[in-house]
Amino acid sequence: MAKSRPNISIDTPYLIKQIQPKLDNESRRLFGKRILSLGALSMLSGCTLTDEHSVEKMLISVSHWNDKVQAFLFDPNKLAPTYPESMITTPFPFNAYYGQDEIRDIDGDQYVLQLGGHIQHKKPWRLAELALLPQTTQVTRHICVEGWSAIGKWGGVRFSDFLQRIGADTSAKYVGFKCADNYYTSIDMPTALHRQTLLTLTFADRTLPREYGYPMKLRMPTKLGFKNPKHITEIYVTNDYPGGYWEDQGYHWFGGA
Amino acid sequence: MPAIALHPLTIRICHWLNAIAVFLMVTSGWRIYNASPIFNFTFPKAMTIGGWLGGGILWHFAAMWLFGINALIYIGVNLYSGRLRHKFFPIRPQQLWADINDALHLKLQHTDLSHYNAVQKCAYLSVMVAIAIAIGSGLVIWNSSQFPLLRELMGGFDNARIVHFFAMVFMVGFVLIHLVMVALVPVTLKSMGFSRPRLFKSVSLKSKSLEV
Ligand code: HEM
Repeated sequence: MAKSRPNISIDTPYLIKQIQPKLDNESRRLFGKRILSLGALSMLSGCTLTDEHSVEKMLISVSHWNDKVQAFLFDPNKLAPTYPESMITTPFPFNAYYGQDEIRDIDGDQYVLQLGGHIQHKKPWRLAELALLPQTTQVTRHICVEGWSAIGKWGGVRFSDFLQRIGADTSAKYVGFKCADNYYTSIDMPTALHRQTLLTLTFADRTLPREYGYPMKLRMPTKLGFKNPKHITEIYVTNDYPGGYWEDQGYHWFGGA
Repeated sequence: MPAIALHPLTIRICHWLNAIAVFLMVTSGWRIYNASPIFNFTFPKAMTIGGWLGGGILWHFAAMWLFGINALIYIGVNLYSGRLRHKFFPIRPQQLWADINDALHLKLQHTDLSHYNAVQKCAYLSVMVAIAIAIGSGLVIWNSSQFPLLRELMGGFDNARIVHFFAMVFMVGFVLIHLVMVALVPVTLKSMGFSRPRLFKSVSLKSKSLEV
């Protein structure tokens, strides 16, 4: 937790990315309390909103409507742009809901990926087994909900191949993810089946580094960064809306980029 | 003196809904900007709404519907009725030049309220273009993978953010000047208002073709 608020304006953009999780941890706690403090407006009008709860409900239902609009706009055949390797951003920013000193250490030999929900073959997967599946790479843009973006190279198993292999019910609505860092999120099935959605095992042609989600993350260039879970330990297929760590606090669930 | 509407009711409603929408878009936009500033400054938190990034986004993506749909109705009504052509064109370069000169010498006239002077025409048309650019670049930032043409037009995702930012700067700059102008010719405020029966008794109108 940031004790004294860092002065963003004098930091370099890279440093901003480093401190961002702390800033947002702090502001996150204000959700629900301060979301409706209309700042300038209440100062202008000299009054505060009395019925904050109903305004918040209204905003959240518009947000659910926006999720439907983004799901409607989503074209499974439209690919996110890819870039030459010369455009890769170095250093690639670290970002999580915690600071860099809290990144989980995961033992790749002990690691197992659990499967659950509407999946035929629920046998857990080991890292070495995942590495034996056909691999592909992509150089795409990671877009953060905060507004910054960075280009990186990710490699791994096409998620649609994997879902097929494990006999996932692809007519179900959601794919949910649980992670070793207690993060959780979920995505819509059309995005899960998108060609550029990768179960990612490498970054920049090396084993996925711990700060980017070792041993395995899901990479989707069609979704914002917070929708891309790292350190995944369980994948499940469901028809019950699973929500997500940030989504449950107000971020828009579809999170299209 | 009969009651006279200088601006059709739809236009007046659109204008004020737009003022609300722009206020919400700009102040929530500043909150979002602060999460990852493009330039070496952030906006004072007291001037933003939403409280945190997620709250700013909720406001921004809710108000965008009001902003966008209202803009479409405004431009649709103006195009369909021919008002856009009558009210904002032609802009004669000579007239514009003379008006700019007058404006700089603080003696620009807006006595005939049924007509906009050339500076007004330019200002209003350019802010309409700025709004269109703000919406276009906003769509790219909102969901860039689904708007490839618009994305290329904006010069890619990162550039769309910069375009979006300067569309905001233009709108805010316009509003500041706009408000000064309204303060200088306060009677125009009534022309944009809703209580018309009691208005315009003392205002001499040169033109008879008022409601266009
Ligand atoms: C509280 C803030 C505002 C006030 C008090 C205000 C006031 C006015 C007034 C009095 C007029 C009529 C001018 C005349 O008849 O000569 C006008 C017209 C106009 N205003 Fe505003 N305005 C405000 C906000 C805005 C904003 C935020 C925008 C756009 C970003 C805007 C754009 C326009 C345009 C385009 C016109 C011409 C409308 C038409 O004739 O179709 N205004 N405004």
